[in-house]
Amino acid sequence: MEKMPRWADVALVPLINVILAFFVSGLVVLAIGENPFRAIWIMISGSLGSTSGIGYTLYYATNYMFTGLAVAIAFHARLFNIGGEGQAAIGGVGAALVLLAFNWPYWWMALPFAVLGAALFGGAWALVPAYLQAKRGSHIVITTIMFNFIAAALMGYLLNGVMKNPNTQNAETVAFPPGTHLPTAYEVLAPLGIHFSKSTPLNVSFLLALGCAVLVWFILWRTRLGYEIRAFGHNENAARYAGINAVRITIITLMISGALAGLLSINAVMGQQGLLIKEFVEGAGFVGIAVALMGRSHPFGIVLASLLFGMLTQGGFELTWDMPDVSREMVLVIQALIILFTGALDNMVRDPVERLFLRIGKKKD
Amino acid sequence: MDYAASYLQLLLTMDMTVRLSVALILACLAGLFSERAGIFDIGLEGKMLISAFLSATVAYETNSAWLGVLAAIAGSLVFSAIHGLASITFRGNQLISGVALNFLASGLTVVVGNAWYHQGGRTPTLTGAGRFHEITLPFIDTFNHIPVFGHFYAEVISGHKPIVYIAFLVVPLTWWILFRTRFGLRLRAVGENPASVDTAGISVVRLRYSAVMIAGVLCGIAGAYLATSQAAGFGREMTAGRGYIALAALIFAKWRPFYALGATLLFGLLEAISNLYPNINVFNLFDIPVQFTQALPYILTVVILAGFVGKAVPPKAGGEPYVKER
Repeated sequence: MEKMPRWADVALVPLINVILAFFVSGLVVLAIGENPFRAIWIMISGSLGSTSGIGYTLYYATNYMFTGLAVAIAFHARLFNIGGEGQAAIGGVGAALVLLAFNWPYWWMALPFAVLGAALFGGAWALVPAYLQAKRGSHIVITTIMFNFIAAALMGYLLNGVMKNPNTQNAETVAFPPGTHLPTAYEVLAPLGIHFSKSTPLNVSFLLALGCAVLVWFILWRTRLGYEIRAFGHNENAARYAGINAVRITIITLMISGALAGLLSINAVMGQQGLLIKEFVEGAGFVGIAVALMGRSHPFGIVLASLLFGMLTQGGFELTWDMPDVSREMVLVIQALIILFTGALDNMVRDPVERLFLRIGKKKD
Repeated sequence: MDYAASYLQLLLTMDMTVRLSVALILACLAGLFSERAGIFDIGLEGKMLISAFLSATVAYETNSAWLGVLAAIAGSLVFSAIHGLASITFRGNQLISGVALNFLASGLTVVVGNAWYHQGGRTPTLTGAGRFHEITLPFIDTFNHIPVFGHFYAEVISGHKPIVYIAFLVVPLTWWILFRTRFGLRLRAVGENPASVDTAGISVVRLRYSAVMIAGVLCGIAGAYLATSQAAGFGREMTAGRGYIALAALIFAKWRPFYALGATLLFGLLEAISNLYPNINVFNLFDIPVQFTQALPYILTVVILAGFVGKAVPPKAGGEPYVKER
């Protein structure tokens, strides 16, 4: 007999977990002295109430799709990559180098090479932690966190040194050539007669992110590599006996993971900034962990979870305008609680729900 | 070069090393208790951060640094309890629980700090009794006449804040508890083979909870040190990865208290060097960039984890939830 129906496993338990996380978040808002229901309303109307709000929501969601997929593919091999933050930053260096190398005439010419540069650099930044995990058994969680710090220092060095724009005080590169400008939602939708807000940074990278979600699904469930990744994640020893090379799988999986995180820079650096700045990742690498856990490491779930977190981020910005006492780090609190309830305290909800279904099942028999 | 001047410079570096090592020592010993009992604790960072915040606010409001320490320990214990609940009672993933607690701390401290003080997540500067002050140890005048040792005693051993001495006393205490008491023996056993401890009729759950709680107390003191001794108030993300560095030091120390002291002093020395000499010039050929010296502790952490400094064998049952046979 099944312990509980599939829908309860993939939808009901996560839903209860998320509700619990939001409930505790509401208590925090209450403790600060604001009305949680009004806060929720401001966040929803701020993120979905206008095309400008929707544009920002989808822009952030694009970032989270990349980092969420990055964390998820590593989860399938039972590897915990917390290095998305650093991998995305270094991916930005790769993209910037490509975009500054030529006076690109058209965006569609520059995009594939920028994607390649971002993915290569992001993947390379995951290579050392991956190798150390595979060969020397050093703890991937700590090494990837350390590589986040090292990436931040490296970015500071590059943007204050060789890559710095000499004509400004800021730690940033010169602007990319105008030909590299990615079409925004406004420019894509205007010829179709749809009026979308001009001010939002939403651009064609959104489609790239959706494409990556499909690609990750295809790799995981339709290729030999994906089979090996999942087998390795389920049972390392069994996978070894089946002839799967543990070192190879660890390194390849983490490099794909780093590459996906690196692609965030296509959206944030090429799409929004138009030049490389130091802190463009803005915690998206960490949000990816919550997104992957909430989406239960499935690309479809990740797209949905990214949309939710996009709403939270954009709604959170609106919230700080209307409720100055609630700062934007509130999103970090919500994110932490979602990770806690869906990731670590899962059994707290799962056990009683399981027992409930077992009792119902017995009555039927 | 003048020998007296360079000796003074050396003493200055050692003094700073001691100051910067304190939070690392306490966090490392916290990790030691937890991991010896078989519970991974990535959340050292978050526990230190939340306790740094609480100690700063309570010390500011009550103008008492010691009350700040108590509040810090209380806050850290709450986080420990959540970690225990997740990883012992509900057999969840210990890494994910720790990461969640770290995010929770970095979010909560800024949100609450901003709502209370409106200083972008910082707390007001501590003054007077809200901060800890240096203690001058006795016999300074007597030792002063001894040539080399006199200066060493005055600069490096004397003149620190109370928590510094507490931290250095906790090291032998930890050793004594772990290797000379019944509780310590059981604690180590539960990290190696919980089933055998269970068979002997001792509660695995209770032992693991006590280890996690001891870790909470130590992280609380570490956080309080950062906010009330090393700095004069709380600043956002002021732990700056010390919780993770402590874990690396723990591996370097092979999960032993006195080795842990050595490992954390090494990291303290690196931080002291990057503070005192940000631009090191190598043989007049080139300057080492300041970003490199800042990243040095993190780079060394990776090198240590890579095991280039000898093989470390972790407690056998680390990270595995214990499921009692039914």
